[in-house]
Amino acid sequence: MTANSALENQATEWVGSLDDVKNLVTERALTGETMLLNMGPHHPSTHGVLRLLLELDGEEIITCLPDIGFLHTGIEKTIESKSYEKGVTCTDRMDYLAPMSNNAAFCMAVEKLVGLDVPERAQVMRVICLELTRIQSHLVWLGTHAIDLGAMSVFLYCFREREKILDLFEMISGQRMMGSYIRPGGVWRDFPKEFVPTVEAFLDDFPRRIDDYELLLTTNPLWLDRTQGIGVIEPDVALAWGFSGPSLRGSGVNWDIRKAMPYLGYENYQFDVPLGEHGDVYDRYLCRIHEMRECVKIIRQTLKRLPEAKGGFRSDNRKFTPPPRSELGHSMEAVIHHFKLWTEGFNAPDQEVYVAIESPRGEIGCYLHGTGGNKPRRVHFKTPSFMHIQGIPLMSENHMIADLVAIIGSVDIVLGDCDR
Amino acid sequence: MQIKPAIDPIEAVSAALPGALHSVVQYAGETTLVVEVAHLLKVVSYVRDTAGLIYNYLSDISAVDYYEPTGGIGNRPARFAVNYHIYSMLYNRRLRLKVYVDEGDDGSKPVVPSIVKVWPAGNWLEREASDMMGIVFEGNPDQRRLLMPDDWQGHPHRRDYPLGYETVQFSFNVEEIMKHKPFAKD
Amino acid sequence: MGVTQKLGDLGVVTTTLETAINWARTGATWPLLFGLACCAIEYMSTQGGRYDLARFGMELNRASPRQADLMIVAGRVTRKMAPVVRNLYDQMANPKWVIAMGDCASCGGVYNNYAVVQGVDEIIPVDVYVAGCPPRPEQLMHGILTLQEKIMGEKIKDWA
Repeated sequence: MTANSALENQATEWVGSLDDVKNLVTERALTGETMLLNMGPHHPSTHGVLRLLLELDGEEIITCLPDIGFLHTGIEKTIESKSYEKGVTCTDRMDYLAPMSNNAAFCMAVEKLVGLDVPERAQVMRVICLELTRIQSHLVWLGTHAIDLGAMSVFLYCFREREKILDLFEMISGQRMMGSYIRPGGVWRDFPKEFVPTVEAFLDDFPRRIDDYELLLTTNPLWLDRTQGIGVIEPDVALAWGFSGPSLRGSGVNWDIRKAMPYLGYENYQFDVPLGEHGDVYDRYLCRIHEMRECVKIIRQTLKRLPEAKGGFRSDNRKFTPPPRSELGHSMEAVIHHFKLWTEGFNAPDQEVYVAIESPRGEIGCYLHGTGGNKPRRVHFKTPSFMHIQGIPLMSENHMIADLVAIIGSVDIVLGDCDR
Repeated sequence: MQIKPAIDPIEAVSAALPGALHSVVQYAGETTLVVEVAHLLKVVSYVRDTAGLIYNYLSDISAVDYYEPTGGIGNRPARFAVNYHIYSMLYNRRLRLKVYVDEGDDGSKPVVPSIVKVWPAGNWLEREASDMMGIVFEGNPDQRRLLMPDDWQGHPHRRDYPLGYETVQFSFNVEEIMKHKPFAKD
Repeated sequence: MGVTQKLGDLGVVTTTLETAINWARTGATWPLLFGLACCAIEYMSTQGGRYDLARFGMELNRASPRQADLMIVAGRVTRKMAPVVRNLYDQMANPKWVIAMGDCASCGGVYNNYAVVQGVDEIIPVDVYVAGCPPRPEQLMHGILTLQEKIMGEKIKDWA
């Protein structure tokens, strides 16, 4: 295949026109009574490369048209050209603030498709990783949301805490962010012995830090003025538009996939699901803050459960998971399995599955369709940010531009997640 | 308020809308109802509104291309399929609706009725499927491209669309590749 | 050197104009607030408390390209975003430098497909490439120090 053959027949002139958007903005824009403003892909507050076309009556927003795709990397098509084990590394980089969640969604879909078991210890390890990912993602959300609204110290404090979690990730997977630690069959390798004491030390220290953030923001009159009553979305509208996660729970809908359709042993842990009341920016903020506290609770319970959990850190089914390297020295079957898995990979049946988990942003779903061979026919990720950006126009009608910044921050969008 | 107990979606749909259901697939604990395209809107309104089913939440719309590089479409009824993944939060269960569509005989794009009036969440999901797979969703208020640039030709997620990769550089072909690779000088 | 050798410590340093200008430019190169993808998060970590970019004078990110000196392309550049990147680069005033942070900006990274520009140097000239996916904050700081060495080596006759 020659280089860039897909690009050779692309049009060289602009073929779009204003007619395409004429029915999406009000008539007042076309006469010039209201102003069309481009909040372009390069903007400090759009949390990535998001372009919003705003129709403004002075400072007030009449309509808002999001334009996405500036970070569309063709990850789904890339995974379709790789075997299943190699595809895990591509999933890391979709929602880059919660890489382990994407890994987990994809790996659980692969396991469901081929019927691979995951031992109990691996499940507990996965839950620890997922909850640490949730805390770390909420810290970035809080830091960037607060700095958009002017609270700069919160950004520095949140990133200070996040460094400790990234140290933990580096301890287990070798990489701060994109570890690809969760693989089909379990996890990559067992926890090193200094991991559990470090996690416990972190958990002892962290709740007091959340108290610090709450002290700065929750009862701060400036924060309350900027976030209460802004970006309200009713529960039935949120459900109809496909919201999920804290953005849905902020409106009062009690839907958490960890409770409703538990996976990876979440039914064994006691934790609360914080709910909001009014569906505004403030309630979504409170939901995420309290979720961080619940994550600490869950991780403590998993650490208690870890020593008694049965099984290894990944499945023993050598048709799908590679053997440990120590076995390669003395077992011919191990060498053959190793060779087959790393060259061709394993085969998956010509069936389809859909797995959804609760990522920090909402519900991430992985639709996987096999071919019977070693590469997938179709991988599709339903990502929460995609649905939430779709809902930004609903929440920002008749608000000011400054409120739009608060709204975009409150739905916690990540453009890599949206555009894939 | 009395909540009606959950009813089996397969029996309910085949009883209330005869001829709508093409087949049923059960795999790995998931149920897929394969629906005829002409009956899609009726089925979709039925599963959302009927007491005992109440599938109120649309989770995902995924389009699949069954084109095989070696030719043909295997043993599938048509080349393209659109999957709707829906949840019933009241009865806490999932369902998948699948419609098979083919391209027109004159090479025109496959057409599927749009379900945005039933689940508004489908607006961008359908736009993404139409952008990346080239399936036209009739009735979707916005027919523009979503993820690719507006002037892009082709539909990238189709199986006959090339991945478009740059040839990997090894020492024997690096000069050849570097001759054609654009570099900005200023 | 020079005058101080003969007359002792007068509290004066003599140097060439070139060195003085280059030293001033490395002192506080203001980066453009431009994060595309995952590398932007590592860039934000580098600006955080543990790895501090303020020691290079870079704690101030300018949102407007006209006020920025340095463009750190952090993240994958897609075909839809490429004209925007070029536009921003054109708007920056001389002297300007570009650091391609991460594998995707340097060479396309993990993604060798229709949607990603295989290295941002196809569109804009790059001064320093920082490898990594994403690069650790220490790697980015090494890249910035390399850029500072490059700036110190610039000659006036090239641009005046």
